Amino acid sequence: MERRLFLKSAIAGSAVATAVGAGLLTPSTVFAASAKFKGLSNTAVSNVASAGKGSFKFKAPEIAENGAKVPMEVNASKISDVTNISFLVKENSTPLVASFNLFGAVGFISTRVKMGKTSAVDALVTAGGSTTKVTKEVKVTIGGCGG
Amino acid sequence: MAKIKLKPKARKGVISIKALIKHPMETGLRKKKGKLVPANHIDHMVILHNGNKVVDADIGSSMSKDPYFKFKVAGVKGDTIELKYKDNKGKTGSKTAKSK
Repeated sequence: MERRLFLKSAIAGSAVATAVGAGLLTPSTVFAASAKFKGLSNTAVSNVASAGKGSFKFKAPEIAENGAKVPMEVNASKISDVTNISFLVKENSTPLVASFNLFGAVGFISTRVKMGKTSAVDALVTAGGSTTKVTKEVKVTIGGCGG
Repeated sequence: MAKIKLKPKARKGVISIKALIKHPMETGLRKKKGKLVPANHIDHMVILHNGNKVVDADIGSSMSKDPYFKFKVAGVKGDTIELKYKDNKGKTGSKTAKSK
């Protein structure tokens, strides 16, 4: 009896292993953005609409040759109590690129962002409970339709 | 995949942290030979300064491939900076470096 059980489980085990090996059980395609991030993105988009003009520096190129890597920099080091810095690319399928929650760090973030095509880019800085934004238009020559 | 470059450098009481994570950052929207490439991107990253959380980032798929970040934190030479990340497949990576 025991031997039979052992054989059975051994066969079952190997069957699963071969199925994985053959690519039959590949994990299903994950969606572009998780539901949680979509939610974050939506709140950020609604925040943009109500945000006033910020007094921080936002550096982004006017013309980006390659939309796969667009450098961006927010410098809000003169503002105290910065709690969040977010980047939004309006024309991307999920506008929110990233949201950085800061705990005592200086209000400074520099990073690289993907852009599908020419779009307005918003930088959001939340300090002391109020959100402000600076918007820049970035033209993308490759990765779109010629801008 | 889990290759991380982390370079904290202290100057005048502020540590500039440069970080580069090797990661494909697939959006899940790109097609290769007519098939969608499954999404594989970092969705959460934390930076610790001497064990205290200073940056907690939610990252979307539109961050560039091999994402690069620069942060600034008040601190001095010799402080420990730690970076941790998690991608949407549950993979994690971390790296610790002493500030120069």
